[in-house]
Amino acid sequence: MIRKKILLALIATLAAPVPAAFALPADPLKSPMWEYHAERLFGDATVRFDSAVKVEIPEIAENQRVFPITVDARALPDVKRILIFADLNPIPVAVDYAPRAAAPFLATRIKLDQRTPVRAAVLTADGVWHVSGNWIDAAGGGCSAPPVSRVKGDWADHLGEMHGAAWVLSGTQTRLRVTLRHPMDTGLVENIAAYNIERVTVTSSAGTPLADLQVFGAVAEDPAFTFIIDDAKGPLSIAARDSSGLEFDGVVTPRSTALAAR
Amino acid sequence: MNLTRRSLIGAALALPVAARAETFAGAYAPKAEPVAEGVWMVRGADAPILFDNGGMIANSAIIATDAGAVLFDPGVSLEHGKALGALARAVTGKAVGRVYVSHLHPDHALGAAAFDPAIVHALPATRADLERDGEGFSDAMYRLLSDWMKGTHVVLPLGDVAEGEALFGGRRFRLFAMQGHSAGDLVLLDEATGTLLAGDLVFHDRAPSTPHADLAKWRAALDRLTAVQHGLLLPGHGTLDRDGGAIAQTRDWLDWLEATLTQAVADGLDMTEAGELPIPARFAGLKAARYELQRSVSHLYPGLEARLLPRL
Repeated sequence: MIRKKILLALIATLAAPVPAAFALPADPLKSPMWEYHAERLFGDATVRFDSAVKVEIPEIAENQRVFPITVDARALPDVKRILIFADLNPIPVAVDYAPRAAAPFLATRIKLDQRTPVRAAVLTADGVWHVSGNWIDAAGGGCSAPPVSRVKGDWADHLGEMHGAAWVLSGTQTRLRVTLRHPMDTGLVENIAAYNIERVTVTSSAGTPLADLQVFGAVAEDPAFTFIIDDAKGPLSIAARDSSGLEFDGVVTPRSTALAAR
Repeated sequence: MNLTRRSLIGAALALPVAARAETFAGAYAPKAEPVAEGVWMVRGADAPILFDNGGMIANSAIIATDAGAVLFDPGVSLEHGKALGALARAVTGKAVGRVYVSHLHPDHALGAAAFDPAIVHALPATRADLERDGEGFSDAMYRLLSDWMKGTHVVLPLGDVAEGEALFGGRRFRLFAMQGHSAGDLVLLDEATGTLLAGDLVFHDRAPSTPHADLAKWRAALDRLTAVQHGLLLPGHGTLDRDGGAIAQTRDWLDWLEATLTQAVADGLDMTEAGELPIPARFAGLKAARYELQRSVSHLYPGLEARLLPRL
């Protein structure tokens, strides 16, 4: 009898409304996974759908393995973190970016495993998450088909090769672009274990951390990143580490002119 | 309430027939426009492949001969191919005796399912392309077009086409094996009327698409096409070209596209930014321009980055 009462009490507790869930704003995209992701990613924090977060994506997903996305939250003050996630991807979060001495701006490419909302969530210093995004239709398999370099078989020949450049923008800002050869295996392809870049950091020549990016398997093969660094003052060091502990690095000296268009 | 599978089936059967009936009622209604003696053009929609247009976006051509109609590009699906076959019979009085597939892309090729593979001819490169990509295209088309694709399966052309003269049903053609839009682009010149069927090497007032493009080879193919004496030109997409402007327009777009994306990489733009670049006013008349620019960014940008961004 007592056991039964305890059980009933337990059920009553479980059934009680969870305040955080009820405080969540209704999802304008009506995603079936909104509440699940929101509770997991934002906990009890205040969440606001906010058009000040600009999420730029193409009108079609021409290639579901390489889908470009640019997040621009420069209209918001004191940005601490930027998440990019796709609700219906098996690996929903693609990046978790902390722009330490960088503008709240990031461009990269992700995989899409099906039609899904693609979103950015931006945390400001007041503890509020600002969310924006849109649905994109996509053919299946972005996360579950083998990467091109696995099919070609040459991934190991080019692993970690880094290309990049930096452009001095007006004022004190510098635009940094980096690409890296890496299969970015999701672990969702038969007999290919998860293997991905998991961290990219940008530091000044004095060793000051400028940008700190956590990277997950939903980022596209051969990842590409665009940052806007606040006050570069000389060469920028880029360091990347993958999930096997391999480290790759490069140094870029900002330029004030366009690259030669050979 | 205890729902069993049987009670669910019972409930479904109890519904009126209309509620269970197939709701898809799409039917292809291609129209043939006579453009020269014994030559008809069948216009596709100047739009992306969408459920609303059934994927009927590519142009086709019908040519009358004594041995039956020649159908140049049989459409996207079994039903589309059948509709084009019926149209060819209606306008020429004879059934289709020869089908040419200009290149691998599904809006031009998958309608071959409606015909005996023995009468379907293509360049060897196109057959190889379809062996590799045909099933993937079919999956993609079923996803986008669903019921429009009913019954469609990949038919590989059995007839090999080689560059040179071809005689069919008393009608003389000159065939050209080109490439650039894809690895195999078939072009047909109808000798009697001088009508040039250019396939997707030429777009007209509709932005060119580049999923398998080699831009240098495409330009070389446009040079060759310019040198071929011809009258009317039927582009793969867009309107009939009466004044010879379509080849130049296609080249202008390709030149602009490559220069613009190259400059975008040199200026440090990422893909979304390149896809949002302004499209010059002279292309304002091109349908699906923004859509094709963004597709081309996807096709071409990573290669340009690998070439232009310095190795660190």
